[in-house]
Parts: sequence; C-alpha cells; structure tokens
Amino acid sequence: MAASAHEDEWSEWMRAGIADDTSAYHRFLCDVTPYFRALARRGMARAGIGNVDVEDVVQEVLLAIHLKRHTWDQTRPIGPWISTIARNKIIDCLRRRGRRVEIPIDDVLETLAAEETQAEPDQGEIDKLLVSLNDRQRDIVRSLSLEGSSIRQTAQRLNMTEVAVRVTLHRSLKLLANRTRSLTL
Amino acid sequence: MKTQDLINSLAEDRQLGPRHLERWFALALALGLGVSTAWFFAHIGFRPDIFSALKTIRFDFKFVVTLNLALSASLFAMRLARPDATPGIWRKALLITPALLLVAVVIELVVLPHEVWTARLIGSNARTCLSVIPLLAMAPLAALILALRQGAPANPGLAGAMAGLAASGMAATLYASNCIDDSPLFVATWYPLATGIVVLAGYLLGRRLLRW
Repeated sequence: MAASAHEDEWSEWMRAGIADDTSAYHRFLCDVTPYFRALARRGMARAGIGNVDVEDVVQEVLLAIHLKRHTWDQTRPIGPWISTIARNKIIDCLRRRGRRVEIPIDDVLETLAAEETQAEPDQGEIDKLLVSLNDRQRDIVRSLSLEGSSIRQTAQRLNMTEVAVRVTLHRSLKLLANRTRSLTL
Repeated sequence: MKTQDLINSLAEDRQLGPRHLERWFALALALGLGVSTAWFFAHIGFRPDIFSALKTIRFDFKFVVTLNLALSASLFAMRLARPDATPGIWRKALLITPALLLVAVVIELVVLPHEVWTARLIGSNARTCLSVIPLLAMAPLAALILALRQGAPANPGLAGAMAGLAASGMAATLYASNCIDDSPLFVATWYPLATGIVVLAGYLLGRRLLRW
C-alpha cells in the first residue's frame, strides 16, 4: 500500500502520542519503521554502500523522529515532515561512511513499499553508544526496551521515582542522539 | 539492540520539546534585540543631530532598508525552524532589500555630481560601520541560534545564515541612528559588507550548532 494512504493514520497516531497516548505512539513508530528501512536500503544502493547495517540507519532515523516530534506542525500533513527528517538522517548516516548521497526531493515515502524486518544483529551502533552512558542510564534504556516493561516496574526495581526514571530515559535518548551526531563530524 | 526494542523505549519517553517554535523564536528576537539596544544606548547612542536628521530623506531611508531586512530575514529564519519548511514567498521577500538599495543608489547617482560620488561612498565611518554592526548583531544572533536549536532545520547552515541576516538587520537599524553617513552610496557599500560578516558567522555557527 502506498505510504500516502497511511498518512491519515500516522498523523492521528502521532497527534494522540503527543497528547500522551503511549500505545498510539508505539503503533505509529512500528508502522513507519518499514518505510525507513526501505528508504535506507535505497539510499545505500544509490551510494553503492553495502557494508552498512540498515538497522543502524533505521534506528538513527527513529531517534531523530522521536526527539524532534514537537517540530511537526499539526495543521500540516505529516508525510513531508517525516520524509524530510528521514532523508536528512539517512544522508547523514551514509555520509559518515564517506560517500556522497543524493536522495531525490520528491515525497519519497509515497513511492516506497514497506519492507519487513530482517534478521538483526545484536550488536548495532546504538549498543556501542549505550556503553558510553552511565550504568543507570543504560539500565533504564535497556529495561524499557523490553516488550511490556513499564516505567513503574523499572522505577520499583531500581528504587527510583517514576519521574526520575522518565527524566533519565529522556536524557539518555538525547545523549544517544548527540553521540550518533558527533560520529558524523 | 533490536529496532523493536528501541521503539519500545522511545514510546515510553513522553517528554516533548517546545511545540510553539515560532513563539520561542519571537521571544529570542525580543531578548537579543533588548540586549543590543541596551548596549547601544550605554556605549554608542544616537547621533547628536538626530532630530534634524529625521527630516532628511536619506537618513530616514536607511531605516526603510534596515527594518525591511530585519523583518524579512526574521520571518524567513523563523520558517526554517521546522524541517518541512516551505519558504516560498519569504525567500522572495528577501529580494526587496537589495532592490530598494539598488533603486536608491541609482537615484543618488543621478542627483549627485560625480565629483562627490567617491567621497560619499567612502564617508567617514566605514571602519566603525564594519565593527559596530557585527558587535550589535552578536546578541540577536546568539538568541536566534538558541531558538532554532529547539527546532530541526533541514539545512543547518542556511538556517544559521538567515539568523545572521536577521541579526544584522536589527544591528544595522540601531547603528543607522548613530552613523552620520546617510548616502545610499555609503549604505549600499558598507552595510552589506558588515552584514556579510555576520551572515558568514551565522552560517558557520549553524553548521555546528543546528544539526540534529
């Protein structure tokens, strides 16, 4: 199905997510990911790069989408916003590998078929960067990445308040994004 | 970490950056301009003959140019805070300032005898102009870069450069009220040079600080 057909759902889920609906936001992230995968693969093919792990690129795009989601103007279509962020991040990622990359300006999402998950290696770039966080930050990110885990459980297990867990999570994700960026420079 | 795992942890993070980017931008603009204005009156001030100068068209025209630049560049830079910005008409509005200057220069060349062209162009404050405009632009530029950092400009260098252009528009407006060189020949030569310095600084800062 063309991505444009998804756009209404995406914007609805994202809007709900911004209004604090975690499960709608989760659905949004899961639903856009295959498009990022296809887009990343296409960018890699164009640049003639085969040695990059697609999932590393996809994860960087997801981090950027997440941390910059407040920059989506809700009165405007979400498609162009998503594709600009994805295109920028993918170009960044591939450029870091020393290649010049061009991804056409037209609304890339519309032309792509979603790609399903591939076998993923356990040691991606995010894992390498996780090592650079402190123990508590790493623990919280890992803990919340497990299916069905909650802020409350994590807070109880680590003997922290829920607010403190939230704050640490956000800070850790920002740190991860900053670190991926400093790799580019 | 599997992508699905990352998604799980992202979904748990509810902290959201400022959604009203334009409001932040306007606030930064006001703060930066406030700092520069205070510094201007503390150390530089109006030219002594400001009231009689106000009655001359050349003096007043300087503000038409600088305010136009400040306004059009600010509106354009503000747009660039969002990644899917569609600058369209705002980009075109940036052409108004150089067009105004060009027309004024042509008129000036027609009305002035050519023996005084060089003297008017060189004026008496070129060096001051080149240093004071960048100085006065520092606070607005810093504030605008900070505001743009809250956004996600698709082209960080361009966003920084436009913040620089907006900042020099404000700086030039302040400086024009002190400078005694009013000829468009002077304004069209030295103001753009000073602006160029600030735009370059903004571009370099943007490339470093506005990436995301």
